[in-house]
Formats: sequence, C-alpha cells, structure tokens
Amino acid sequence: MGLEEKIPDSIILTTLDKMVNWSHKRSMWPFGFGLACCAIEMISSFSPHFDLARFGMEVMRPSPRQADLMIVAGRVSMKMAPVVKTLYEQMPNPKWVISMGACASSGGVFNNYAILQGVDRIIPVDVYVPGCPPRPEQLIEGILTLQKKLEGESVKDVRDEWGRRST
Amino acid sequence: MEQVTNIDSKLREFINDQFGDDLLRIEDFRGDISYHIKPAALVEICQALFDDETIDAKYLADITSVDWYGHEDASAGRFEVIYNFYLLLHNYRFFIKVRLEESDPKIASLTPIYATANWLEREVYDLMGIEFEGHPDLTKILTPDDLEGFPLRRDFPLTYEVPHFSFNKDDPPEVIK
Amino acid sequence: MSTEQKELTLNMGPQHPSTHGVLRVIVTLDGERVIKARPVIGYLHTGIEKTMESKLYYKALPCTDRMDYLAPMSNNLGFCLAVEKLMEIEVPEKVKWARVCLAELTRLNSHLVWLGTHALDLGAMSMLLYAFRDRELIIDVYEACGGQRMMTSYIRIGGLSHDLPPDFEKKVRRIIKEIPAKLNDYETLLTNNEIFINRTRDVAVISAEDAINYGLSGPMLRGSGVKHDLRKASPYSGYENFDFEVPVGSKGDAYDRYKLRLEEMRQSLRIIEQALDGMPEGPYRAHVPGVVLPPKEDVLYKMESMIFHFKIITDGFKSPKGAVYQGIESPKGELGFYISSDGSNKPNRVRVRPPSFVNLAALPKLTEGGMFSDVVCAIGSIDIVLGEVDR
Repeated sequence: MGLEEKIPDSIILTTLDKMVNWSHKRSMWPFGFGLACCAIEMISSFSPHFDLARFGMEVMRPSPRQADLMIVAGRVSMKMAPVVKTLYEQMPNPKWVISMGACASSGGVFNNYAILQGVDRIIPVDVYVPGCPPRPEQLIEGILTLQKKLEGESVKDVRDEWGRRST
Repeated sequence: MEQVTNIDSKLREFINDQFGDDLLRIEDFRGDISYHIKPAALVEICQALFDDETIDAKYLADITSVDWYGHEDASAGRFEVIYNFYLLLHNYRFFIKVRLEESDPKIASLTPIYATANWLEREVYDLMGIEFEGHPDLTKILTPDDLEGFPLRRDFPLTYEVPHFSFNKDDPPEVIK
Repeated sequence: MSTEQKELTLNMGPQHPSTHGVLRVIVTLDGERVIKARPVIGYLHTGIEKTMESKLYYKALPCTDRMDYLAPMSNNLGFCLAVEKLMEIEVPEKVKWARVCLAELTRLNSHLVWLGTHALDLGAMSMLLYAFRDRELIIDVYEACGGQRMMTSYIRIGGLSHDLPPDFEKKVRRIIKEIPAKLNDYETLLTNNEIFINRTRDVAVISAEDAINYGLSGPMLRGSGVKHDLRKASPYSGYENFDFEVPVGSKGDAYDRYKLRLEEMRQSLRIIEQALDGMPEGPYRAHVPGVVLPPKEDVLYKMESMIFHFKIITDGFKSPKGAVYQGIESPKGELGFYISSDGSNKPNRVRVRPPSFVNLAALPKLTEGGMFSDVVCAIGSIDIVLGEVDR
C-alpha cells in the first residue's frame, strides 16, 4: 500500500475526525453543577457504586470555564434560567448539554408559573435523559449516547456548529 | 397530659382577661387551638405572651397566610395571617389568626420580638402580597424580581399554556387554574 | 497608596460547589473577616405550594417528595399525617411501625449525605465517596418498597402504597448490622482529626437563646443545648412506643452539630431495630371507604372496592372545613404541614413549614464577624436542601 509500509510501527495513520472525536469522547469534563433532586443522582453516578470514571468522566469541574459538558440536573426555575444561560455561554467550545430528568427536559410535574418548561428553550440540548429522577444507570446511558453521537461528528461540521451556536 | 390541659386553660384565661376586647373567638379544630384576634392588637398580645414567665412564648414556629378569595368566608376579610407558636416549656402548640381586608392588607411586623419573623414575613409578602409595617427589609425573597403579582393569591393563575399549533397560534395563552 | 480599609463585596453562588445547590450569598468582607452576609434564595422556587392547591389530596402527595429530596419519606409522612388528622383517619398499628422505621431510615440517609458533603466542603473528599456508598444500602430499601430510588411516594394517605416487600426485614437488618461499624470508621477519620476540629470548633456558634429566637429546629437547635425534639415532645405516628435518646450539644458550634448528628444516626439505628423487632401483623392500609384507597387485591375482585377506587382517583374525597397543622421531626428540623380546607376535594392552601428555610435565615447571625472561609462550614453545618428552602 505504499506509504504505510515505509513508516515505522510507532506511527498510526488515521483521519483528523477520528482522532479529534476519540480525544473528545474519552476526556470529557462535566460541569459540577446541580440544581435539584437529579443532582443527588448525578453525584451517585460518580460515587463508587456506579463509578462513572470507567467512561473517562470523573473529573467534575466547578468552573464553567474548564468544562465541556453541562448536565442540567434538575428543574430550572424562572429565576435560575438567566443564570443557566450565562453559565452555558461561559463554557468554552466545543460544549455539549445533557438535560437530565423530566423537569429539565419538559418541566415535569411542575407545570406552573415558576418553572421553565424545558431547558431547551434557552440552551441547545444534545441528549435528554428521562426519569424523575433518572437512575444513575440512565445517566450513564445518556452519557454513552452522547459519546456515540460524538463519533459521527466531523471537525468541519463541528466548526460550523460552533459558529452557529456562538452567534 | 395534665400539664397540657393546664397550659391550655391558663392561656385561654390569660388572653381572655387581658385582651378580651381584641379576642374574636377561640376555635378548636382537631385539637389545634386557634385564637382569632383583631389585627391591631397583634404585637401587644405577642409581646405579653413573650414576656409572661409561665407561658413563655419564645418560639415562633411559623408565619403563613391563606387567601379566601371568592369564598363566603371572605366577608370577614380576604386574607388570613396565621402565627404558629410552640411553647417549649409546655410542649404545647397554638395559633393566632388575624383577618385582613382585601383593600388594605397591612399588619404590624413581629420582627422586633422574633428574629425568625424576618424571612417568614418576607415570604408572605412575596407570595401573598401582605405588607408588614415596621419590617426592616421587606423585599422579594423567592420569586424573580420581574414577576408581577403574588403567586399564592387564588386569582393568580397557576400557569399559561402557550399555543403550539398552527391552527391556534394566534390565540391568547390559555389560563391553567 | 493609602492604607485605608476598604470593604469588598463578594458574590458567592448561585453556582458554587459548596453551596449545596443554588444558594447565593452576597458577602461583604473586610480583609478575611465577614462584615455582612446576605443569603439570596429563590433560585429553585418551584411553586410547590401553589401546585398542591390545584391538585386532589392524593395527587398532591408526589409534590412533597420533591421538596426535601434527601428525606422523601419524612415529607410523605408529614403530609399524610396532616391529611389523616384533617380526615380523622386512624391508621393500623403495622402502618405506624413501618412508617417510623422508614422515617428513621430517611434520617440516616439524609445525615449520611450531609456528612459526605459537609466533610467534602472542609476538604475531606473521601468521606463523600464513603457516604454515598453506604447510602446505596438505604436506597435499596426504598427501591424495594416504592419502586423508585428517591421519589418513592411510598407512604400514602391512610397507610402505605403496598405492603412491605418480602425481603424488607433482611435488607434493613443488613443496614443495622453494617452501618454502626462504618460510623465508627468515620469517627476515626473525622472526630479527632486536627484539621476537621480546627475548621469546625467555635465556628458558626449560636447561643440557645438566639437559636430559639431565630426559630431554629432540629440539630441546629439541639446543638445549642435546647433539648427539643418533636418525636419526644409531641409524639406522632407512635413514637411514644420507642426507646431512644435525644442528644444535645453544649456550645452550639459546627463541631457540636457534627457530633450530634452522628449520635442521632446511632439512635435512629436503635429505633429501626425496635421497629423491626416489634412490627405487628395486620393490614397495610386503613379501612375508610370513600377516603382511603382500597387495597389493590380487592379492587381486582370486589365491585364496591373498584367503585371506590374509581371515585377516589377521579373525584378525590370531600374534606371537612377547617385547618390543621401537623409538625414532624424531619432530619433537618421541624417540618410542618398546614392544610387549610374549604370543604372541597382540593386543599384551599397547603403551607409547608420548611426547616431548612428557617434555619438558613440564621446564616448572617452564624457568619458575621467570622472568617470568610467559615461561611462554607456554616452553610454545611446548617444542612440545607435548596429544594425545601425555595419550594
């Protein structure tokens, strides 16, 4: 096959997309940011019993500036909505959002004046995890779904997407 | 049990003797004793209960309010403010209730006597729109600053359903009670 | 450059890792010293009280789980006791004992999470992992009972939603057996740990008099030496049948409250053991036709039960006119439900007396004059749950 025969074994040839996606996938840093009940289940999934570290996810960042993934864990109130939006905007690109639980996804049981009926009204959401609250396994499934979604991304698309999101 | 009945009769006697004119009625429902009083006498009564050594009402557990909008009870005043006292000496609970008119929902603040009244009164103000005169910092506490109205009033809708479909997208939002 | 002292205003939250959710505190500092601390709450305001007004009594119950989400069973218990008081429902003995057992498991659960997060705030990271590991034992029991890990809604008006699961006793016995040794482990990690003592001793002190004036309850009040526990003072749900101690602190600082909560966990284990040993046989729901849902087995085979079931689910039950208050000792303090009924099938007003809200109001008192880093310790030792503070 020409070139590959001539290069030493320690060098691997791949596409840029595969390389970038692979590195994104296994070193995603979630934003340690809990709102309500789901936050407890989020902590549970980081705890020894479920051990999210198996998927390269254990580094919770308390600052949005260092995070790639925002897990909106819990109901978003009207008072909190502008804060969530600001936090999202503070995160550097590329960034992803998981909407965890019924309240964050759709308002859940609280169809009332105080609760935002779905966090997707203010920020773009990549994966919705149902449940009230979702079990830690469900959250892990959601994160794996996000990783799978990442595999299909191309650097070019992602660049266009970032451009669209930041405007 | 004997102690409880003692303090019960003692309290009735105390309020009847000293504030007989301000006492409207005493209600006993499922063992919860409520003293319905005139709003003007509230601070005076609480101060007297606070100072009295045998009653020793030092612990104010809760302040809350009820809206009787559109109810026959509203003739006595639309808003009801409820003060929930617990006597630590006697393990005894009683309530002081006042009725306020819709046109002028104002009552004196209990913050000079009870520090706990600060936040509890702010909450009642925020959610029910009852003003507490003499409160040091009567501002919104729970709802966002841009929310108008008082959510716990019965005429405040629970939410609005925004139309999502093409056939009704121009309709006004539907009110959910 | 002038040496004039200047005040610095610092914003903490609503997104801050040590505020246990979405609490925001605006702190005015003079150097490292706190001059003024002003908590700003409401970032999780859910309108739960308003929502409950618009629902039938049965359907309002799931809202209570979502207030203090670390102690769902306590919230269920408080609401159910209040409705039972309003409707004059007498529940069977077995229900009382099972409820006590579950409420104490909840206390254990809530205190474990508190222990983990409080120690994490003070720099002891491994405690969080230990606490969440042990919590899974209790969550397992919840799951066996209600089918859900956290929002069980297992305690229902007039009884329980199902009978206790067959392996309930085995699972709870395991907790009784395993947790005490683990608590001892934690004590060796923290109780004599110099860093922990320095961070908590004489920090966030409140005197007994102030604690009463601020209306504090639960471990916050008892930590200051006031021996007040609603389980003893105004027993509910058969707590008078149980033998347990109410631990009190002396100084009213964060360390006292830590010791006290650990002791409370041991006492809870004692109560759970007594409840298991003495659990009577009997029905798991009171028999009050038209008010309490009939048992599911009857609904499938008996005509009347099915009609009642249908009527209760669709129309609810009419409640007498009046207002009741029921306070219980939740892990955080006095949790009360004030239900005002106007004679219809929905409550006219449900007021929750939130222990965390009232305890949090004392935060300025606890922190002003202290060091800035102690604000974190004070917030942790109050043991707040924002879901309950903001409702």
